[in-house]
Amino acid sequence: MSVDTIIDLKNIVVSFDGETVLDDLSLSIRNGEFVTLLGPSGCGKTTTLRIIGGFVTPDSGDVFFAGKRVNDLPPHKRQVNTIFQRYALFPHLNVFENVAFGMRLQKKKNAEIKERVAELLKLVNLKGFENRRVHTLSGGQQQRVAIARALANGPQVLLLDEPLAALDLKLRKDMQLELKKMQKSLGITFIYVTHDQEEALSMSDTVVVMNEGVIQQIGTPQDIYNEPKNAFVADFIGESNILDGIMRADFVVEFFGRKFACLDRGFAPDEPVDVVIRPEDIDIVEPMKGHLTGKVTEVTFKGVHFETIVDFKGFKWMIQTTDYYPVDSVIGIVLNPEDIHIMKKSEYSGLYGDYSSYSEEFDELADPTIDLTDEGGGESVD
Amino acid sequence: MKVLSKVYTALIFFFLYAPIGVLILFSFNDSKSRVTWHGFTLKWYEELFNNDQLMDALIVTLSVAALTAVFATIIGTVSAVGIHSLGKRMKRVFLTVNNIPMVNPEIVTAVSLLLIFVFVSEATGWFEMGFLTLLLSHITFSIPYVILQVSPKLRQMNAHMYEAALDLGCSPVRAFFKVVLPEIMPGILTGALMAFTLSLDDFVISLFTSGSSAQPLSVVIYSMTRHRVSPEVNALSTILFVTVFVLLLVVNIAQMRDDAKKKAAR
Repeated sequence: MSVDTIIDLKNIVVSFDGETVLDDLSLSIRNGEFVTLLGPSGCGKTTTLRIIGGFVTPDSGDVFFAGKRVNDLPPHKRQVNTIFQRYALFPHLNVFENVAFGMRLQKKKNAEIKERVAELLKLVNLKGFENRRVHTLSGGQQQRVAIARALANGPQVLLLDEPLAALDLKLRKDMQLELKKMQKSLGITFIYVTHDQEEALSMSDTVVVMNEGVIQQIGTPQDIYNEPKNAFVADFIGESNILDGIMRADFVVEFFGRKFACLDRGFAPDEPVDVVIRPEDIDIVEPMKGHLTGKVTEVTFKGVHFETIVDFKGFKWMIQTTDYYPVDSVIGIVLNPEDIHIMKKSEYSGLYGDYSSYSEEFDELADPTIDLTDEGGGESVD
Repeated sequence: MKVLSKVYTALIFFFLYAPIGVLILFSFNDSKSRVTWHGFTLKWYEELFNNDQLMDALIVTLSVAALTAVFATIIGTVSAVGIHSLGKRMKRVFLTVNNIPMVNPEIVTAVSLLLIFVFVSEATGWFEMGFLTLLLSHITFSIPYVILQVSPKLRQMNAHMYEAALDLGCSPVRAFFKVVLPEIMPGILTGALMAFTLSLDDFVISLFTSGSSAQPLSVVIYSMTRHRVSPEVNALSTILFVTVFVLLLVVNIAQMRDDAKKKAAR
């Protein structure tokens, strides 16, 4: 364990009602880092957060905080604070008393509390809201009160459980920036749970992608996006075309009966692999000049680009392009070595990355990460 | 059609309230007659307050009701919190078990309580039928109503609120008193009020469990009416009716104000 590790989870196993929620999970979090736990609902991300907060005791495994084992330390004795889903403000108290709640418990002096609350409300842009009842505030304002309340005790680690899930898109984007700024200026560790991959990529220093109680990949947002470890990560983070390929040699991969140059090596000769090609990396050229030719089957205007579904020998790809190609037109594509990402075969191979059944509506219905209920994350197993 | 519906409504209210109206009216009648009006008087109220038997009964009734409200509310609230923290299946089991005494015929409850009191008092000699058994029986039948009032408030509460209190440094007990209790207070108060009025109102169970040393009003009035209905009883009933009516009014107005405030807030 390095010196600046603040939280260390070792071989954590948790199950609710015989269902395994976290399966031998180990994770180290460095001090001052913005870490995001990302995954679909039921992946165990909220449970992981609740273990750090002290609300869930693992069946086995250890939790270390600043080098000390804290498995049996109850939540009120931990130096972490949480921002809960749906804020969980105290409705019988006004804004001031909500923020002052933790300090009152510590028996701080009135003058000190007053000063600190004012400072915190200024930090979250709620100056002058001291005497408002919490139910007179908008969702965004309640969110800010929750942030101020959680920061009031001066925690070393702030846990955020899908804090922006209930806000509308515009407000959410603003809050993302603000939270990130806040984290930098406070210099404390943020552990952030979300199912929104965009949110994760834009805010985090480190992203932890989880599925079914297992960490799939840990890395910087760039790593996760550019070098996904398996088909699950590739599919969950952004859009991906995932194809079966065979590694013929170092830097040479074969798919669709054609050899392509790539940047990956270290595979066994003729090892079957998953090939990821991001929709925005594909260059469209005239059919004659392309490495592959296909036929456009669907075009959706997305504002910045056209989402074009193209049929290559029965396998449908998504291509994001700023040029419009009408349905039924034949196009060619060129793949540069840096556009081709090779992944080892995993349990997720063949499950994702084919856009044959793709349609907007279907996507939404089948997307486990779109949470229609108010409970989110790992709690769905509860 | 509109006229008809208005007449119908008026009739319903007439039949509902006419008996009470007559009772109130005749509590001021200057005669023992229950048929003819002989002029206004307050003498029945005067006699009522000089009637030791009725006054004793009133004290018994009010103290049992007050004590029932206190104990049933505490026990019911604690039970509701306990039930709330159970798993889904057990929660349903307990809430169903809780509902049975409320739909159980009162006479069954009365007889079964009588039997157990007789059994325990004969087996141990700790107590005799009287104030204590009356109070115990009232607490017993009031508890389910308190649970029924408190449980929905617990369910409506944001589940993370308790955790937020823990998170900010409350011990579990402290978090309950500082955060959960204020949140479910309306349910607790309604529960207490229900326990109070149910106890005030009860006759069947009281008849079986009160014994001769401490009889509540309902039982005393019942035994009085076997000889003659004294207008004092009218006076007493009027007082009780007005008391409960005012109590209800206060609760409803408070509720309305609360709702209006919440609505305005949104």
